[in-house]
Amino acid sequence: MSQETTTSEAPPPAVELSGVHKTFALRRGSVVALEGIDLMIGRGEFVSLIGPSGCGKSTLLRVIGDLLPPTGGEVLVNGKSARRARLDQDYGFAFQQAGLLDWRTVQANVELPLELHGVDRGKRQRRADELLQLVGLSDFAKQRPPQLSGGMQQRVAIARALAESPALLLMDEPFGALDEMTREHMQTELVRIAGETGAAVVFVTHSIPEAVFLSNRVVVMSPRPGRITEIVPVDLGERTDDTREAPQFYAAITQVREALRGRAVDATDDVVAGIERAQGAL
Amino acid sequence: MKVGRVAAVLIPPILFGVLFIAGWQLLVRGADISQFVLPAPSDIWSSAIDQHSGIFADARYTGLNALVGLALGTVVGVLLAAVAARLPIFGGIVTPLVAGLAAIPIVALAPLLTDMYSVTSSLPRRLVVAVAAFVPVFINTLRGLSRLSPVHRELMQSYAASGTAVLRTIRIPGAMPHFFTGLRIASSLAVITAVVSEYFGGESVGLGSRITDSVGQSDYPAAWATVLGAVVLGLIFYVIALLLERAVLGRRATAAL
Amino acid sequence: MTTGVNAHPRFAGQQHRLRLRLGRWAGRGLLVLVGLVVLGAIWEAYKSWGPADGVSVFGARVLPRTSDEAMPHLSTIWHAFGAQEVGGAITLGPTKTVLDSVVSAAWHTLRWAGLGFAIGVTVGFLLALLMDRLAVFERALLPYVVLSQTVPLIALAPLVSKWGQGWSVGPFTWERSTSVSIIAAYLAFFPVAVGMTRGLKSPSAVHAEYFRCCAAGWWKTLIRLKLPSSVPFLIPALRLAAAAAVVGSIVAEISIGLEGGIGRLILEYSQQATGDPSRVYAAVIGAAVLGLLAAAIVTAVDFALWRYHRGTGAR
Repeated sequence: MSQETTTSEAPPPAVELSGVHKTFALRRGSVVALEGIDLMIGRGEFVSLIGPSGCGKSTLLRVIGDLLPPTGGEVLVNGKSARRARLDQDYGFAFQQAGLLDWRTVQANVELPLELHGVDRGKRQRRADELLQLVGLSDFAKQRPPQLSGGMQQRVAIARALAESPALLLMDEPFGALDEMTREHMQTELVRIAGETGAAVVFVTHSIPEAVFLSNRVVVMSPRPGRITEIVPVDLGERTDDTREAPQFYAAITQVREALRGRAVDATDDVVAGIERAQGAL
Repeated sequence: MKVGRVAAVLIPPILFGVLFIAGWQLLVRGADISQFVLPAPSDIWSSAIDQHSGIFADARYTGLNALVGLALGTVVGVLLAAVAARLPIFGGIVTPLVAGLAAIPIVALAPLLTDMYSVTSSLPRRLVVAVAAFVPVFINTLRGLSRLSPVHRELMQSYAASGTAVLRTIRIPGAMPHFFTGLRIASSLAVITAVVSEYFGGESVGLGSRITDSVGQSDYPAAWATVLGAVVLGLIFYVIALLLERAVLGRRATAAL
Repeated sequence: MTTGVNAHPRFAGQQHRLRLRLGRWAGRGLLVLVGLVVLGAIWEAYKSWGPADGVSVFGARVLPRTSDEAMPHLSTIWHAFGAQEVGGAITLGPTKTVLDSVVSAAWHTLRWAGLGFAIGVTVGFLLALLMDRLAVFERALLPYVVLSQTVPLIALAPLVSKWGQGWSVGPFTWERSTSVSIIAAYLAFFPVAVGMTRGLKSPSAVHAEYFRCCAAGWWKTLIRLKLPSSVPFLIPALRLAAAAAVVGSIVAEISIGLEGGIGRLILEYSQQATGDPSRVYAAVIGAAVLGLLAAAIVTAVDFALWRYHRGTGAR
């Protein structure tokens, strides 16, 4: 993979996917998880990936993050190869289970990536303080994860993901395990944080209202083979508590739902076709 | 109420113990059972008081053997487990061997080791204890080091962290509870093994030897009194391991089982 | 292979998993052999190149001497099996070889340990059921169950022997070997009691609540939920119990002074063996094989019950 450093004046887009393809080999045969994915995500843009189970959205997220290698196509993050971007720590990852280390304090958890990359203690502590303030958990710096609620743990995970001021955040259903009220609160917080740090976000979710509330664009995917069926732009302006009650919000939700549903007929065909293809190889 | 809960936990075993001892005493006295068959608790206690200095001295000897063996076995167990976790091939060879070792009567090695070293009696006995202690420490520590949850694995991958960094930040702290489980098992095992290892020839010193000698002289209250000493020694080791676990792990310490 | 009932995805998966497990065991066996060969090589290498007087640290010898008395050659040990028995109480006749003695002694110990294992497993099992039925029993008894293993009952084996002496009920007479089995049972019951207790508690809250919804009583819940859930805990416990039963038998034999078993054989050889320790090695190897055999029997039981392991990757 070439190490591109763009020479143009504009910084490169956060993510550029061309013809990305991912096949998993099973004991017998294989499954096409992603097929022909073309997508470009601009700097500071918030993009959600939504689709039914098995549509490959989590796989796509991991391909972007170089946690899984693509079988074909090109992945550029911040103008570099995905692997280079990972080695350069150009992105932060947030998982569905917060994945905090129970034996470390909240502060030590946030410092973890900095510690691993040799940042000295003073700088680490200052950065952790900053981040905890950003997510509103400064008072809990000395507590341990088991003492925090689910929402708070996720906020710590987000703070940790931002530790090295990445240009890109990759988030895999981080609010999936939270209750609705906490979820809505976290969504507002996330929009604020992403805005303040200027990071682009690729956000995987099952929830249509969540995708619409958070994003500039909603990428609708269909299952096996995982494909992008439609990209729905969302223009709701600045997100406030009132946004969820605005008619444009519902209109956008309906649009996304139609996109998901409207493709459902074709998607079923694709699912059947996919299974046939997989079985044929058995 | 917390007091009620503590009472509920403590009272049944204490009550059971008291009833058991009382029943024992009544049985022996009431049925006039000779002390060659079953000594009464009161006889055992008076024998214990009489011989307490001898029992203490022997307990120190056996306890020291147990301690040295335990320390040695623990250190080797942890080191080998760390290597086995880092190098799967090494782990693949060593782990089944250790599982095989766990099936073997380790005390049977005592005569072999006496031949190999045959200097004093302490070293072979300590080595037997070390082997016995090594097994649970190795197995449990390796189990702890091998557990890496998927989310932590992906997290570390996203940090491009080296294998050693993963070992240091995640595997080792995560393995601590498992290590202490192994240590607790090893600690009481160490005492028992130290006592039993004194059966296989060698100097007639230590709790095991004292028990055998007492039985040989048909002084059963003394034998039981020494057994009581061995039980207390085993308990001391176990409790120290438990306290150590609590001190290091704090809230993460597991229950006594 | 993918025809008929085996074409059904569920069965295909089971067969595949069984084959995987057999394959894994074969692979492990191979690695064990490699390990043994490596150990043997290290032994001989140290004998050839190690310092004649061993390695001492601060006056205490850390590595053994390399003489033939201290560390017999592997070939010497091998030949010891074929050596003639000199005669005496441990042999059954003047033409017996060491191997015959070791095998027959191991067989006796296996029988005694087997009886002890059976008794211990039964007692441990029943104890676990009792503690499951009534929580108060668990609180009262569990500390003593744990404590019981700090009591070297082996020390009191002569006492146990005395208790049973001459006692008979119907066709059963208490032999001295019964005492050995009782000691073995004492060591074997503990892992089973602990393992079963954990196993009976292991069903998730979801499953337990479902059974309550169905108004299934304690017994039905036991048979249909708790016992199947305990199998993954029972198997490692049985393995520990088998090893414990063997150890208990060996040490009890020595303590009681019972002839015919392998523990006694080891002791006798080591007392005889001033110039020739290889016989002791032979007997110890016999004891080791016995322990492994006991573990292997349990593993066979494991395979028989493997369908209850489905889904648990843990060993």
